[in-house]
Amino acid sequence: MQVGKPILYSYFRSSCSWRVRIALALKNMDYEMITINLTKDGGQQLAIIEYLEETRPTPRLLPQDPKKRAHVRMISHLLASGIQPLQNLSVLKQVGQENQLTWAQQAISSGFNALEQILQSTAGKYCVGDEVSMADLCLAPQVANADRFKVDLTPYPTISRINKSLLALEAFQVSHPCRQPDTPPELRA
Amino acid sequence: MQVGKPILYSYFRSSCSWRVRIALALKNMDYEMITINLTKDGGQQFSEEFQALNPMKQVPALKIDGITIGQSLAIIEYLEETRPTPRLLPQDPKKRAHVRMISHLLASGIQPLQNLSVLKQVGQENQLTWAQQAISSGFNALEQILQSTAGKYCVGDEVSMADLCLAPQVANADRFKVDLTPYPTISRINKSLLALEAFQVSHPCRQPDTPPELRA
Repeated sequence: MQVGKPILYSYFRSSCSWRVRIALALKNMDYEMITINLTKDGGQQLAIIEYLEETRPTPRLLPQDPKKRAHVRMISHLLASGIQPLQNLSVLKQVGQENQLTWAQQAISSGFNALEQILQSTAGKYCVGDEVSMADLCLAPQVANADRFKVDLTPYPTISRINKSLLALEAFQVSHPCRQPDTPPELRA
Repeated sequence: MQVGKPILYSYFRSSCSWRVRIALALKNMDYEMITINLTKDGGQQFSEEFQALNPMKQVPALKIDGITIGQSLAIIEYLEETRPTPRLLPQDPKKRAHVRMISHLLASGIQPLQNLSVLKQVGQENQLTWAQQAISSGFNALEQILQSTAGKYCVGDEVSMADLCLAPQVANADRFKVDLTPYPTISRINKSLLALEAFQVSHPCRQPDTPPELRA
């Protein structure tokens, strides 16, 4: 029941937008992108991904088993509500320029500490088992943010390993912030 | 495949815990509650024991069917998938998207910005303004969204996961003295929700760990 192509409002650098771009790429969906120069908060993009999953069910972004689905959502929400909102653009503006780096690093490290522990029991090749899931769509953009804020990733070997595997996948590459229509020349891959 | 009753780790005042308490009440589920005091002893959520159970060091956490789930929305979605009646998400995918969008706006867009650990970091003198700002800007957006989704409740006329997120956030708004006059739809829905039994039995003022001075 489509009326024209889906339209995605996206900002090249927004980790939330990147998650959705990955989902659209994995599901081989044709869409129109309208670039916007502001970022939207937190996990509303998870609502979009769950909608895509329900209406375009292949390839899967959530496992079939409810317990594994719970793990995928737990990790996704940890990333989307537990970390990202605390270091997004509008919040950083409020904490003030001199505090931004420490604030963002603190948000990311404490979230990654928890995630690294959780992954010990859920991870296979990817965050939950061996199939790419919504959790992985949330992970890669958050690791990119961690790099931007110079967070030391040595304490997080599982996060690093999974991220490396994800970045080798085509869907993660075509959707990457460095390759978007609105990527500034100096940041372009 | 249950081994004993589910166990909910909860703090009376935690809005995230309240969401899950509402869900368990609506689904008529029998469970055990273990209360975790977020302020006593430096915060019981930081104990080694609790951290081993939930590395996120947060409430709520639900031990159920042999697994432990953190993150309130992940818990609610699991309950919905394994104990599907009564529904907490509509059947139609577009309405489900609206329910999730509103839930996430509340659960990721507002609450994390005014939770205990963040408020500690902004410092005592800034806390009220910071929290009010987070809540107002979120409620501005939500009031607008509700114009197109709301019926009796947030999405249409059935209670959904979005409503489970709304009532606790309005309670927080009250705590932080946010003026709710600009949000008539939010206020109306909240009032209807608080009349429902599941929202009452799960209310912060009626929990095993509610201090006497806050008890209803």
